[in-house]
Amino acid sequence: MATTRDYDSSSLPDLLPLYYKRLFPYGPYYKWLNYGGVPKTYFTHREFSFTLKDDIYIRYQSFTDQQELEKEIQKKCPYKIDIGAIFSHKPKDHKTVKAAAFQAQEKELVFDIDMTDYDDVRNCCSDANICKKCWPLMIFAVKILDRALREDFGFDHLLWIYSGRRGIHCWVCDEEARKLSQNARTAVAEYLSIVKGGDSQVRKVILNEGNYHPSISKAIEIIRSSFKNYAVKLQDFLGDDVKLNKVLQLIPDEGFRKDVADALEKMDDVRQNSSARWTAIVALTEAVKTKGEYRKCHSVVEEIMLQYCYPRLDVNVSTGVNHLLKSPFCVHPKTGRVCVTIDPDDIESFDPFAVPTISQLCDELNQSEVGNEDSGKKRTKDYRQTSLKGPVLVFDGFLKKLEATWKGRLIQQSDLKREF
Amino acid sequence: MQFVSRHNKNKSVTVGKAVDRYPHQLQLYTDPPTDNISLREFEDFAVERLKVLKAVETVGVRHVKGSKDYNEALTKEFRTLNVQGIMKSITSRHRQPPDETELLERRKDHISHFILRLAYCRSEELRRWFIAQEVDLFRSRFVLESKDSIYKFLKLNNLDYQPISEQEKKDNLSELQAASPRSSSITDYYKVPFTEVLDLVKSRKVYLRSGFAYVPDNELIVIIISVFRSKLSRALAVTCRSLPQLEEDDRLLPMLSGLSKRYLGQDYTNKKALSGNITVEMIDGLSKTSFPLCMQQLHQAFRQNHHLRHWGRMQYGLFLKGIGLSLDEALRFWRTEFLKKMDPDKFDKSYSYTIRHNYGKEGKRTDYTPYSCIKVITTNTPAVGDHHGCPFRHTDPELLKQRLQSQMMSKDVVDEIISLCKTSHYQLACGRYFDWSHKSDTKFNPNHPNQYFEESQHFLSGDRMSQNDKADTQSSQNNVKIVQSQTFSQKSVSTPPPDQTRDEFDFDEDTDIEMQNTEIPEL
Ligand code: SF4
Ligand SMILES: [Zn+2]
Repeated sequence: MATTRDYDSSSLPDLLPLYYKRLFPYGPYYKWLNYGGVPKTYFTHREFSFTLKDDIYIRYQSFTDQQELEKEIQKKCPYKIDIGAIFSHKPKDHKTVKAAAFQAQEKELVFDIDMTDYDDVRNCCSDANICKKCWPLMIFAVKILDRALREDFGFDHLLWIYSGRRGIHCWVCDEEARKLSQNARTAVAEYLSIVKGGDSQVRKVILNEGNYHPSISKAIEIIRSSFKNYAVKLQDFLGDDVKLNKVLQLIPDEGFRKDVADALEKMDDVRQNSSARWTAIVALTEAVKTKGEYRKCHSVVEEIMLQYCYPRLDVNVSTGVNHLLKSPFCVHPKTGRVCVTIDPDDIESFDPFAVPTISQLCDELNQSEVGNEDSGKKRTKDYRQTSLKGPVLVFDGFLKKLEATWKGRLIQQSDLKREF
Repeated sequence: MQFVSRHNKNKSVTVGKAVDRYPHQLQLYTDPPTDNISLREFEDFAVERLKVLKAVETVGVRHVKGSKDYNEALTKEFRTLNVQGIMKSITSRHRQPPDETELLERRKDHISHFILRLAYCRSEELRRWFIAQEVDLFRSRFVLESKDSIYKFLKLNNLDYQPISEQEKKDNLSELQAASPRSSSITDYYKVPFTEVLDLVKSRKVYLRSGFAYVPDNELIVIIISVFRSKLSRALAVTCRSLPQLEEDDRLLPMLSGLSKRYLGQDYTNKKALSGNITVEMIDGLSKTSFPLCMQQLHQAFRQNHHLRHWGRMQYGLFLKGIGLSLDEALRFWRTEFLKKMDPDKFDKSYSYTIRHNYGKEGKRTDYTPYSCIKVITTNTPAVGDHHGCPFRHTDPELLKQRLQSQMMSKDVVDEIISLCKTSHYQLACGRYFDWSHKSDTKFNPNHPNQYFEESQHFLSGDRMSQNDKADTQSSQNNVKIVQSQTFSQKSVSTPPPDQTRDEFDFDEDTDIEMQNTEIPEL
């Protein structure tokens, strides 16, 4: 298994040319962003931005076709590529149109979930670091959001991407999603945000008494199914008194909070661990509920689970039509890892530490070269001969479904033309 | 609409025609008026509607919208206004069939609305205000209508929604009821694309399936309001674009801009007077004496962490600009503090740009406006690591209590403030805080952090309260300056955030460099 140690960020300038020349999956990439040419200007009016070496940042790039895109990327070898909106005019011409007329019109609905936003509930790492103990947070995020976006909002074309370091992105590519107004994007993002409040708010999830909204109930079920494994086993979230106290703070009713604290303190030493403590908290809550004092503790257990596990969105990223987001298949300059596609149906087995780095891919490419020198057969694309193959296959699957949507549209359009 | 300068041009509406044109006392204001009206009438209509909207606003700040208190206060307010016309339709029963007076009122309702569109379409801030008040006005009128009347209104406007079938209802009953707690088994549900009821989606008050929202009949109004709002918002944008033509009419231009200025109060955008009076050294002191709690919080957090995240820098930076910190001083202020934790290079590269940007020295060169309370309260909800927002809105009651107590506030006042917060009267809570910290009894209610600051300065320097505080003392007579005091719960068109991406590929641990703002010349 390749680790980040194999990658040295100073080698990036040497590796990028090869990566962009032979490995970047331009074909599928263009197919995606062109959306079958419905409408024709979809690709040409799309903003790309490049970050070059030494943080030189160029906005408003746009290209007429795949060829030009390839040529420019290979020429500039960007450290990072961002994808922006589809504008009213070609972004590269933006200086020639009046500022007011140059407007962002459409873009995928995007989500950005970043592990740094979980620092108050991670006991293993902080900031940009991630490990196997906290990665399950991203698994929760994918499962919960994927379900809600599909079942509640009816979106079908979700592209999930590992962001190369400490988070994931989701691109919702349905036509309806691309056309959403800023207000609608805000509403979707708010609907999906349950954990709220800044550092001055300790209790960040507040549920109403009574039935929960179906979307919340379903999220709770998803979390419940692996909460013990994650919070108790991996995070040991009640393992010492400091951690315990943090959790107790989330109980709103003072009397009940005290009762729980007392009961926990009285437990034998051998039972002073996360597992027994959690079982006790759940049991105490149930007991009080059945005693009829429902009000005191109606959602304590659920609120704790949600606060510790529910996906935390960066809402600002989702709301703006004009917001740029890092492109899939970029290389993260710090880790060297490629921003690969993730199959949401197989998220459990996705391992961020097994994502190929650029140096690994370049090695693999050289290796396959040595073995294949004399095979004169039709060459498969280079990226399909390396560890990029898996992610590209996931991408293919996504594209196949997406393609069906514009095939239908194209037939419609040509039918219309044939009418006279 | 034609404008005729002859005075008192006689009213040329004939009843027969008008019934066709105004078949209902409620309107969606789809078509602009085609009447000729005199300039005098033009101004009278406008002023009258403004008074009404102002009343709507005042009541909205004080009471929870839709509550009994709210409705009563609104009725009372309209009575005292004693305006003929528009509001009659709220305060009195309608005559069926409508007589001539009633029709004239509908006409006035119609025309006055369109005049204000002209006056209030010119800036984001004005539009936001106008939409919020018009929506509230419409809502309060709508709920007073009888079932029949509503039915008629929907039909007239092609809004006839059909409830879902009993079967579909049965199949989803448990979800439907869980999503809309106030519904029962006899509730009808309307199935509409979720984009038509964003307010309900946002607050998770409807069941969503496959992109459709199942709206219970008691929330039908939300659909209608959303239609009303989006029509109005779109129309204002169109009006704004076509305004230059109108402005050639030099009789109207001064009147229109006069109208919007007079009633929107202090405009912190173009306030230059204070600029340059404040130095970095004064900030610590001022933060204790004259900053509203939101800014105190940001200031302390900044001093403690030597860092503030994006929205914190925006909210605080623009506020400081508003109180008169010049660009050079601002750069000095941010730099000194940031450098305690960051190397100068990085600061210059990533942060000084935003500061200069706020002062209109970079990028689009727009001079950014300090955030009003409503903006602070309703937009950019703080997330983990943030310190911006309004403490009365975004702080746990427990924590807020502690904080206030640590300022040696007595229990009574703390309790009063907390209970105001709990009933969503954040600005009133802030006003109470003002009075407490100034040992005053001004009953002043802030609608802008900068206004809070200025009131405080006035007060401390012994001035009487400036005119602003009169906003609440029902002085809605002509020629009295009426200051905007916006409401917290309006759902407004939010200002698009400046372009930015936030992604994990930062050059450092910092999570929120707006590198995207750094428009480096294209190659
Ligand atoms: S009410 Fe306005 S001034 Fe007062 S704390 Fe909140 S945002 Fe600041
Ligand atoms: Zn970890």
